[in-house]
Amino acid sequence: MTVVDTRLSPHMLAQESSLSAPFVELSDVKLMFGEADGTMALDGLSMTVGKGEFVSVVGPSGCGKSSLMKLVTGLLPCSAGTIRVAGDVVRDPLHIVGMAFQNPTLLPWRSTLRNVLLPTEVSRMKRRKRFGNREADVRKAKNLLALVGLEDFADKNPWALSGGMQQRVNLCRSLIHDPELLMLDEPFGALDAFTREELWGLLQRLWQEHDFTCILVTHDLREAVYLSDRVFVMGPRPGRVIAEHRIDFPRPRSLDITFEPEFAKLVKTIRHQIDRPHGAVGEVK
Amino acid sequence: MTRRSWHRLERAMPWLVAVAFIAIWQLAVSGLKVSSIVLPSPLDTVAALLTYHKTILRHAMFTLQNTALGFGLAIVLGLVLGVAIGASRLAYAGLYPLLIGLNSVPKVAITPILVLWLGIGEPPAIATACLLSIFPIIVNVATGIATMEPEMEDLLRSFGASKLDVLTKVGLPRAMPYFFASLKISITLAFVGAVLSETIASNEGIGYLMLQASTQFRVPLMFAALIVIGLMGVATYLLFAVIERRTTGWATRNQHRTEVHQFGN
Repeated sequence: MTVVDTRLSPHMLAQESSLSAPFVELSDVKLMFGEADGTMALDGLSMTVGKGEFVSVVGPSGCGKSSLMKLVTGLLPCSAGTIRVAGDVVRDPLHIVGMAFQNPTLLPWRSTLRNVLLPTEVSRMKRRKRFGNREADVRKAKNLLALVGLEDFADKNPWALSGGMQQRVNLCRSLIHDPELLMLDEPFGALDAFTREELWGLLQRLWQEHDFTCILVTHDLREAVYLSDRVFVMGPRPGRVIAEHRIDFPRPRSLDITFEPEFAKLVKTIRHQIDRPHGAVGEVK
Repeated sequence: MTRRSWHRLERAMPWLVAVAFIAIWQLAVSGLKVSSIVLPSPLDTVAALLTYHKTILRHAMFTLQNTALGFGLAIVLGLVLGVAIGASRLAYAGLYPLLIGLNSVPKVAITPILVLWLGIGEPPAIATACLLSIFPIIVNVATGIATMEPEMEDLLRSFGASKLDVLTKVGLPRAMPYFFASLKISITLAFVGAVLSETIASNEGIGYLMLQASTQFRVPLMFAALIVIGLMGVATYLLFAVIERRTTGWATRNQHRTEVHQFGN
């Protein structure tokens, strides 16, 4: 795409400077489910993400986007290829990541505040001395809740919250342990359009104020373009990256940019790539 | 009908139905002149209840004690086995078929074996009460733990939770509503077990009393004993229903109850 604004945000500068050593690096990753004749979910997937960068992964249903999440966080081993995060090959579940899914998975028997505090109560975190000071943790959780506008809901039970509010709490929980990498799988997929756009702004602010790398898996192309520094487009199964777009809109971005012709053009291009992967393969002439 | 009076009627329904049932029973027995050896009327039953209240109370206490001990044993063993089966795939694969097999055997067939091993009176009654009531507890606790959302587990593992963390932070709390629901069912089964064993081999208890009354054709006494055992079952059921609501109010997301629960804290 053409560069709209030549000013680079601090995040982008950081990303440029660390291009030599990417924060997340997948090279020629294969993922096979089942035995030798099983289904190939991912084949030859390669991508890199710089430190502090915000990238999105879009693609048709069943292209292995969610598998990608599990691979990068070490919850699922890949069948071939290598995945490195922060320079180390991923072999076991990482502990420097935060995750959030479409389902907010809040625990109904805990108050909103105690839901946010859940990661701090896990023994490994305590052992690492990253947590354990309950007072400091509570203060931090309250600050996060205030940041997303839910300070008054700290003692409410999660089912008293709307879907959008629950998703904000979910984001707070994924950030309480200061993750270096935030993995989001369709976090706003179940929300109505207005709430979703509101949360785009919120996520952008959280990302700008906290120093983390973010990988967002989504079906929503506008969401991907609005939020990301780069968008990776994946082809149908077996998944691999078929296109990559650098998004240069200046930050902070407002919803207004989604009405720019440049924005619409990008979304359209990506949409066509998802429809017609590899140019004309499989296309009826 | 206004909403208010409708609500009042709804609350009165259990009592209205009970009273109507007793009235129809009384009218049918006295109207059709049924002999009390075939079907005693409610009045005959109450008379028997009053006449033999000391005897009935003694036997009822014996049954209640056996039921409580068997049920307590079932709670402890049921929780341990349920957690093991819910948390470990190996334990599930190994134990579940065995448990299904055991549960399919009619307990009437097992009690004589228990009597052979444990003698007569309390021990087989406690064991039978435990055997009958343990199965719903195991299955419910295991289900509560095993049906955890896969995302929840991924999430917990992503911030370094151990298997034990997953179990204590999410598995056990989310199994609690299942557990308390199973207690309501199990307590009534425990009564069935205790009475069953007392009928087969005991010199005390409601089961023994019923058997004795039956051999002597004292049918009003049998009915009186039946009513006592029924009342004990309902009372303990209500007790566990209240405990359930107190402890796991979050699981019944009824707005009214939610507020009650919050004020309760």
